[in-house]
Amino acid sequence: MNRKTAGLYIHVPFCRRKCPYCDFFSIPELTLLPAWLQAVCREAKYYQGKFKCFNTVYFGGGTPSLLSPSNLDFLLENLRRIFLITPEAEITLEMNPEDVSREKLRKLQGLGINRISLGLQSLDDEALTFLGRRHTAFQAEKALGQALEAGFSSVSVDLIYGLPGQKKQRWEKVLSRVAASRPHHVSCYLLTIKEGTFFARKILNGQPPLFWEKVQRDLFLFTSRWWKNQGYLHYEVSNFAVSSKHRCAHNLKYWQRQPYLGLGPSAHSFSQNKRWWNVSSVKEYCRLVSSGFHPVAERERLEPAQEKLETLFLGLRTADGVSLALFSNLPEDKKTLLEKQGLVKTRDDRLFCTEQGFLFTDALPLWLTGDFPLKVVAKGR
Amino acid sequence: MASEHIRNFSIIAHIDHGKSTLADRLIQQVGLVSARDFREQLLDTMEIERERGITIKSQTVNLPYRTADGHLLELNLIDTPGHVDFSYEVSRALACCEGVLLVIDASQGVQAQTLACLYRAMEHDLAIIPVINKIDLPTANIERTKEQIEQELALESGRALLCSAKETIGINEIFQAIIQRIPPPSGSPDKPLTALIFDAQHDPFRGVIVSVRVFDGEVRAGDEIMLMSTGKVHLVEEVGIFRLKRESRPVLSSGSVGYIIAGLKEVSETRIGDTITQAHQPAPVPLPGFREMKPVVFCSLYPVSSEDYPALADALAKYVLNDAAFVYQKESSAALGQGFRCGFLGLLHLEVVQERLQREYNQSIILTVPSVRYRFLLQDGSSVLVDNPSHYPDPAKIKQVEEPYVRLTVFTPERYLGAVIKLCLERRAVELKHNFLRPGQREIFCQLPLAEVIFDFHDRLKSITQGYGSFDYELSDSRLAEVVKLDVLVNGERVDALSIIVHRQNAYRRAVKICEKLKQEIPRHQFPVVIQAAIGSRVIARSHIPAFRKDVTAKCYGGDVTRKRKLLEKQKEGKKKMKMVGSVMIPQKAFVAAMKIEE
Ligand SMILES: Nc1nc2c(ncn2[C@@H]2O[C@H](COP(=O)(O)OP(=O)(O)OP(=O)(O)O)[C@@H](O)[C@H]2O)c(=O)[nH]1
Ligand code: SF4
Ligand SMILES: [Mg+2]
Repeated sequence: MNRKTAGLYIHVPFCRRKCPYCDFFSIPELTLLPAWLQAVCREAKYYQGKFKCFNTVYFGGGTPSLLSPSNLDFLLENLRRIFLITPEAEITLEMNPEDVSREKLRKLQGLGINRISLGLQSLDDEALTFLGRRHTAFQAEKALGQALEAGFSSVSVDLIYGLPGQKKQRWEKVLSRVAASRPHHVSCYLLTIKEGTFFARKILNGQPPLFWEKVQRDLFLFTSRWWKNQGYLHYEVSNFAVSSKHRCAHNLKYWQRQPYLGLGPSAHSFSQNKRWWNVSSVKEYCRLVSSGFHPVAERERLEPAQEKLETLFLGLRTADGVSLALFSNLPEDKKTLLEKQGLVKTRDDRLFCTEQGFLFTDALPLWLTGDFPLKVVAKGR
Repeated sequence: MASEHIRNFSIIAHIDHGKSTLADRLIQQVGLVSARDFREQLLDTMEIERERGITIKSQTVNLPYRTADGHLLELNLIDTPGHVDFSYEVSRALACCEGVLLVIDASQGVQAQTLACLYRAMEHDLAIIPVINKIDLPTANIERTKEQIEQELALESGRALLCSAKETIGINEIFQAIIQRIPPPSGSPDKPLTALIFDAQHDPFRGVIVSVRVFDGEVRAGDEIMLMSTGKVHLVEEVGIFRLKRESRPVLSSGSVGYIIAGLKEVSETRIGDTITQAHQPAPVPLPGFREMKPVVFCSLYPVSSEDYPALADALAKYVLNDAAFVYQKESSAALGQGFRCGFLGLLHLEVVQERLQREYNQSIILTVPSVRYRFLLQDGSSVLVDNPSHYPDPAKIKQVEEPYVRLTVFTPERYLGAVIKLCLERRAVELKHNFLRPGQREIFCQLPLAEVIFDFHDRLKSITQGYGSFDYELSDSRLAEVVKLDVLVNGERVDALSIIVHRQNAYRRAVKICEKLKQEIPRHQFPVVIQAAIGSRVIARSHIPAFRKDVTAKCYGGDVTRKRKLLEKQKEGKKKMKMVGSVMIPQKAFVAAMKIEE
């Protein structure tokens, strides 16, 4: 049994339609929903007694708001029976704006869901069309208002920015309108063209142009400063919260390498030094579970060196950074160099990224370990 | 077997005229291979030969042939390569034979290498049996091929055999001719042993296995033999013949072709061309051996990671046994560390060495840009030979430079004459003449710098003549050249391994290409990378790889951890395959790409 308090993730693998930038696992076949519901509960039973307790539950997807309140009731009731879910647990539901209504929100609250993560993506109709979303800016703003009114402990907003050709002013307008309602939490994701998505195939034909990188870089720094001016904490590369207690407790577990159990197709789990993940097929998942098998696609056991690398690259994504003790022999000159360049800072035996540094969290682990070369670069490039 | 029952012959021809296919038919005819085990060009056993559809190494096979009147003969067939770069393989094969099958493709007629290998066979005084192959082709022109045999080869066309190796036509007649027209070997089993080492290979279990032609005497397991060049004595463990696999025999006697295993664990002891004799009764003089091949193309070879240097050294020592035309010596480079300077017979040869080292010896290597050998006359009257850009003399001291020229012969159908002449002139041809060879066919002669031939001349000629053109060349003389040394600098540091010696006229074009290629191959860094190509201190081309402006994954949640970690691990691993120049990581493929610049 894992004695640490863990997080519970449920992957809802259904969407009305695939968005052109999305590489999450989801399918538009809602007919499979009932079978999926059964399978998730059955899969949960396999893990009964394997985790001490859960203090976060996260319904992610896919589009979890496709689940009706009674679906969610059924799930939560089963999960509560199988596992110990602490009374004050953070229970998040991801919702698409078109699924939000006052009545539904009220019912969700009744089920104990206390955190809503709203997939607004933008409040700019042009951007929403580009992103292939089914809702308008008006709907999105309305949904946000309703969610906030309903009185959840935390309402979070997902935004995508750095779209090809997006001007800073347009993006700032979106930010202002979102900030006007003061959600507790905001995630701002730079648009990434992911392999295998529609965008990768059609829009940019592979490699994004170099200047786009500079545009995105400027927007990223702008966004970080903008939310800080609004009094938000920039606590992870893409995440902001009004206060540290409004940080997403569930997502923090990923970056802090706390244990989590993922249920549903393609869900990932982590416990002690093991990682495993489920098959990325709803049918296969249901078939395996209903015939009494684990729907696991792959498992891995981490070597100490791998654990260390994970701690490093995950930790660097958060404002808390990583413990300096992690580096047995961090070359002093490397550290100074990165500090001089304004990418990292150290305080109280911890090393963490500045907002500039957040822009390089994929490369920093290798720069810091000395695997990749570093050099003084004149500022202002 | 008594030597009157032995025949030793090679199959020689221009490239692709069907040598290996004919060998297949001869092998099948004597029943050496079951239908199940047969595959086309059976003797082309190396992966790289099969991929490219050409023979690279000569292969020997012993054919047991029963005559109509019941005698059993042993026919040693040696299939040889047709490409110019492997002509050393042909020469060594011929030294083991009394006769040849000179194969001529009936649809192509006599080609450049047909002549070249005929001359070689004549030098060895061998019986020559012309074989007109591919008579099944609709484009076959037997009459015209016969005329060419008379006129261009000065052979009796009446003695030429007609055959289709593909359709198994005329194979029996070939056997008859081999038996009747090729003399049996002349040596005597009673004389002291002389066996010529014409090839070798290293076997991890058995040590060195040498291929020999026994001229006089006998050798059997248990004998003490001596290598005449070193005087070293070894105990014979096994002798035998090649029957697609090694087949051990009690004895190899005069006239035979086969192998000897003699506990030769030290690879360096074995020398191709050496004579083996009996230790207790040595022959008075060794066999003449082989004419040394002079390499014409040079480049350096480095292990991708420096710790692999000893492994590479070991691999080369073993490899060279099996490729007598390859030469190498130690050298070191500031950018790449310890390595070797190597000599080759041509660019294809170079590619083959590279690939075989990678495939058969599992070596990860970096090659530098190939060069020919230049002669520098210095102000003080002395002269130096330079085939390595890093030995380029101080330009202030150079009086003049000479580069090797070749006498080039091109055969081409008349309709491509203009294009071929243009190609030759682009490659700085001089003294260009052309001859009417036969209706529709032209022959072009010119003098051309070797440097221009070794880089993709073959490919370019094939492409402009749609495969119909062929060429042959031999070194002629040296002529004045206007060359410069082009250096490549990465963030101000010279990468010695990327320097090249080029003709002044080509320097700018090469410089631009090199900068472009490197820009594509060098990954982005935390800092900008500037690539420059310079002659002395004068930069003539540059390119720029901007620094990362950002390198971050926007979303990293539970499902992304493993993927992200694996990516970092892969990058770490990849770093090991990169060479550090200053603080810039240069991947192996950047060196390879720089080398392929001519394409
Ligand atoms: N139509 C026809 N094709 C043939 C005949 N003999 C060989 N070929 C084809 O010609 C091509 C070259 O044959 P090879 O036997 O590999 O020629 P090679 O002379 O050994 O070539 P290298 O070893 O590279 O010099 C192959 O595609 C053969 O199938 C023949 O009698 N008739
Ligand atoms: S972005 Fe969300 S709604 Fe769109 S396809 Fe992906 S998971 Fe489904
Ligand atoms: Mg062949």
